[in-house]
Amino acid sequence: MTQMEAPRIDSGRIAEVSRGLDRSEVERREKVFSVFDLSVSYSGTTALEGVALDVHRNTVTAFIGPSGCGKSTFIRCFNRMNDLIPGAKVEGTVLYHSEDLYSRDVDAVEIRRRIGMVFQKPNPFPKSIYDNIAFGPRVLGMKGSLDERVEWALRQAALWDEVKDRLKDGALGLSGGQQQRLCIARALAVEPDVILMDEPASALDPISTTRIEDLMHELKREYTIIIVTHNMQQAARVADMTAFFSVNMEGDGSGRRGILVEYDATTKIFTTPSDKRTEDYVTGRFG
Amino acid sequence: MSSIPAPLEGSPKRRAWRNRLFQVAMLSCMFVAFGTLAVLLADTLITGWPELSSRLLTGLPSTEPGEAGARPAILATLYLGLLVLLFSVPIGVLTAIYLEEYADRTRWWNRAIEVNIQNLAAVPAIVYGILGLAFIVRGIGVGRVVLAGGLILTLVVLPTVVVASREAIRAVPDSIRQGAFALGATKWQVVWRQVLPASIPGIATGSILALSRAVGETAPLIMVGAITYVAFNPSLLGPYTALPVQIYNWTKQPDPGFQTLAAAAAIVLLVIVLSMNAVAIFLRNRYRKQW
Repeated sequence: MTQMEAPRIDSGRIAEVSRGLDRSEVERREKVFSVFDLSVSYSGTTALEGVALDVHRNTVTAFIGPSGCGKSTFIRCFNRMNDLIPGAKVEGTVLYHSEDLYSRDVDAVEIRRRIGMVFQKPNPFPKSIYDNIAFGPRVLGMKGSLDERVEWALRQAALWDEVKDRLKDGALGLSGGQQQRLCIARALAVEPDVILMDEPASALDPISTTRIEDLMHELKREYTIIIVTHNMQQAARVADMTAFFSVNMEGDGSGRRGILVEYDATTKIFTTPSDKRTEDYVTGRFG
Repeated sequence: MSSIPAPLEGSPKRRAWRNRLFQVAMLSCMFVAFGTLAVLLADTLITGWPELSSRLLTGLPSTEPGEAGARPAILATLYLGLLVLLFSVPIGVLTAIYLEEYADRTRWWNRAIEVNIQNLAAVPAIVYGILGLAFIVRGIGVGRVVLAGGLILTLVVLPTVVVASREAIRAVPDSIRQGAFALGATKWQVVWRQVLPASIPGIATGSILALSRAVGETAPLIMVGAITYVAFNPSLLGPYTALPVQIYNWTKQPDPGFQTLAAAAAIVLLVIVLSMNAVAIFLRNRYRKQW
C-alpha cells in the first residue's frame, strides 16, 4: 500500500480543513457545468483567459484568489449576468447539463431562474419581506400557493422563525445577516438547480457568516453551489472542490489576465497543492 | 530647537473676525432674498385683502369691479393643470425610462436627444407660445381652446418632467436591478416592477413642481389666445381665460377697484401654487427612501 504524501504545509494553519468530499466522490456525481477554454473581455481588455473546469452536482465549489483575478467575472458567466454589461464578451464554451449555455437558442431569462445568484452586498428590494420572496415566482408566473412557497423558501434559508410574524414589514428593516438570508430565500423561491454566491458573507459579521456557511452545508444536499470567496478559511470550511485563480501579468505591463491556476479537492489545495503559486497563496506568502 | 509648535497663519483674532464677517455676509444675503419675497407677499396681501371673498371665487367677470369674479379663470386654470398632468406625466416618464434604461449611450442620436432635452428646459415659454399658435391653434386647427392651452403648457414643462423622472430613475441603485435580473425577470419586468415603483416619489415631486410652474405661465397663454373677457364656464373645446391672464387684464384696467381685484386674484393663484408645492414636499419627505 502506498504511503500518503505527507502534507507540505502545516495544515493546522487553516483550521478544519476538509469537511468536504474527496475528489473521487465528487467526480462520481453528474456534471452540472463543463467549461472549456473560457475567456472574458470587457471592451477589448481581456479579464479572464483559458479557463476550464467541471462542476458536479450537489457539491460546493469555491473560487479563491487575490483581488482582480476574474473570480467574480467568471462566476457571472454561469448565469449570463455578463450579458447585462455593455462591452462584455464571452468566448469559449460553457455547457450546462451538456447544453451550450451561450447558444442562440438559449433564453437568458429562463437560465437565470434555474441558476440563481446571491450577491456580495445584500440587495433586498425596497418592498415587504413577503413581496421580496414572492417577486420571482410572480414574474415567472409560477403556479401554486404563493403563501406556501414563501414559507417554504424562508424555512429553507433558516429565516422563517425570525420573520414569520412580520412578513408584511419592509425588508430593509432586517439586519445584514437576515437580509442576506432573505436574498438566499428569494433565490430559492424560484426552485433553482444551482446557486451562485459571490462573496456572500464578506459584508457580514462572523456569527452571520457561520450561519450562512451552515446553510450552505444544508443546501448542498439539494442544490449545486458555487461560491467566490476571499476568505481561505471559509473555502476550507465549506467547499468540496476549490479553484485557485491568479493573475498573469503581460510582459510589457499592458494587461492583467485572470487565469485558473489549479482546481482540485479542497483538502489537496490546502495541504499538498501541485502548483507553487497555489502554495504561495494558501500559505499567505502573497495575496 | 524649540519645542513650541510653529505659529499659525494669521492671528487667532483675525481668523475669528473673518469667520464672523462671512457669517454676517451670508445672513445679509438671506435677508435680502427672503425680505424681498416677504415684502412682495405682504404688499399683495394688503392690497388684495378687501376683495378676497367668495364672490371672487364663484362670480363671473363684469365691467363693475364691485361685481366681478374670477370663476371662469380659476376653473380654466384648474382644467389646464389637469391637462398638463395628463399629458406630461406619461410622455415624460416613458421618455425618461427610454433614456435611462433602454438607450445605448454610445449611439450618437441618443446623446443628441440627451443634450436637447436639457436645452428645451431652458427655452423661454413665449417661444412655446408662438410654436403652439402656429402648429396647434392654426396648424392642426383646434383653435383658441382649452385643449390647445393644455398642450402648449405640456410642451413647456415636459423637459422638466423628463429631467426630474430621469433623476428619480437614476437614483434607484443598480443592485436592485441586478437582483431582479438574477431571478429571471425580463427587462420590462425589472423596469415596471422594481425601478418605476421605487422612483415614483421622485417622479411625483418633479411632476407637481412642473405643474405648479405651468399653472403660473402667462405669456404662452396670451399668445394662443386666452381671451380677455370670458363670462362663462370654460369647456375643453371652447374659448377660455386663465387666472394669470385674468390678473394681467385686470391690472390694465383704469378703475382702481380692478387693481384690488387683481391683487386678490394673485393671492388665489399663490394659494393654488403653494398648495401644490406643499403636496410635493410632503410626498418627498414621506417617501424618502433609505437604500
